[in-house]
Amino acid sequence: MESRLFRLFLTGTYKTLFGLLVIISSNSQAAEPASNPLEKKTEQIILPELDRREIKQATVDADDFEIGGFAGVLSIEDFGVNAVYGARLAYHVTEDIFAEISAGQSKASETSFEVLSGGLQLLTEDERKLTYYNISLGYNLFAGESFFGKRAFNSDLYVIAGIGNTNFANSDHFTWNVGVGYRFIPRDWFTIHVDVRDHIFNSDILGADKQTHNLELTAGFTFFF
Amino acid sequence: MNDSPGKKIMRIIILCFLILKTVTGGLVEARDTFLEVVVTDPFIEMHTGPASGYPVFHVVERGEKITVIVRKTDWFKIRTSKNKEGWAHRNELVQTLTLDGKETEFRDVTFEGFKKRRWEVGLMTGDFEGAASLTLFGTYYLTPTLSTELSATHAIGNFSSSLMANVRIAAHPFPEWRISPFMALGSGYIQTTPNATLVRTVDRDDPLAHVSFGANIYISKRFIFRMEYNNYKIFTSRDNNEEIEEWKAGFSAFF
Repeated sequence: MESRLFRLFLTGTYKTLFGLLVIISSNSQAAEPASNPLEKKTEQIILPELDRREIKQATVDADDFEIGGFAGVLSIEDFGVNAVYGARLAYHVTEDIFAEISAGQSKASETSFEVLSGGLQLLTEDERKLTYYNISLGYNLFAGESFFGKRAFNSDLYVIAGIGNTNFANSDHFTWNVGVGYRFIPRDWFTIHVDVRDHIFNSDILGADKQTHNLELTAGFTFFF
Repeated sequence: MNDSPGKKIMRIIILCFLILKTVTGGLVEARDTFLEVVVTDPFIEMHTGPASGYPVFHVVERGEKITVIVRKTDWFKIRTSKNKEGWAHRNELVQTLTLDGKETEFRDVTFEGFKKRRWEVGLMTGDFEGAASLTLFGTYYLTPTLSTELSATHAIGNFSSSLMANVRIAAHPFPEWRISPFMALGSGYIQTTPNATLVRTVDRDDPLAHVSFGANIYISKRFIFRMEYNNYKIFTSRDNNEEIEEWKAGFSAFF
């Protein structure tokens, strides 16, 4: 009894399924020719975009580093104005901001007291050596053109500030620096710099601990690479 | 007498130049075959220099072929078919196609890049048990969660100054977070020199080990802000070991 009922049920299901299949297939057959011209039209609109899916990564040499040397004068507080020279390396993070690491060296001359006293020396030859390094952040304030005769050249006026160390009289001094610089750019890979920088540190060389301002004026050149 | 830090840095600058030159040297070879693209935007503005402040002197129209020569930050130096050279911003070049009709991609550095960074170079400043400290560091990520780091620190105090070199391994448990914490273990060497204006004592060289906690915070572009706390144990040749605490913060750029 059970098996007979089951068979009836199965044949019933087969018939319905077959019927459904026929309906679906006839439907799709009927629908296809009607929708074809429409589909072709939309395909043509979309196709050009589909073609461009492949992306080519552009490999372009980046010239974000700048390296160079500079020379000028450094006024060491109480120890006269002296020649200074050094090197700098900068990394340009954005069109406005750059990070710079620079180092320089100079040699202190005699204080007025030493000159007037005749022969008395506050520091030995070795102690007169001054070397410094600093790490600074710069901001290109005025990017624009400078005119030299009738020709226009690119230039930047930047402000810069940072921290570092000054080794003077054989001891280290934590040093702040602030300054303004002008970058003249005759070629995209070659620049000329003029810099004014104040190196500020506390010193007790002449007894009492005091803050010293050491102004520096330098000119130099750099290369972008 | 050893060389002063300033002189060392000058030497490092020259060394950096040589290393970077050899690294980027491989790209110089590619200069002979510049990238050529076709403009699909209505027009591209050409500036005289690589910043928005420089004046626009020429416009490239749709369909024109341009050659991309060099990149400076987000600016590209391009040459038109009529041999005019100028600078265009990355945003204007995004829509260009290669000569065979493929899309080009002028890579922008985003948060995605931060998560997949391999190299990181930066500097920090802070307080080294009362002394001002300056740190230069370079990091290499073995995996997004594990990194190795080499650092040089100069601590400048009122009575002495120290030069310190450290190597460490750091774990970054949440590399996909914008504020990603880390912890590190490392060891190194410290050289302490008393200031000359004080009574002369001898220089000291000691090994040390440190444990560190901190976080990297992604700002934008290639910038990361980092702050960390370090606890150093200096193994002195005297009876007692020295313990020093350091707090510092700084910026780094990743590649």
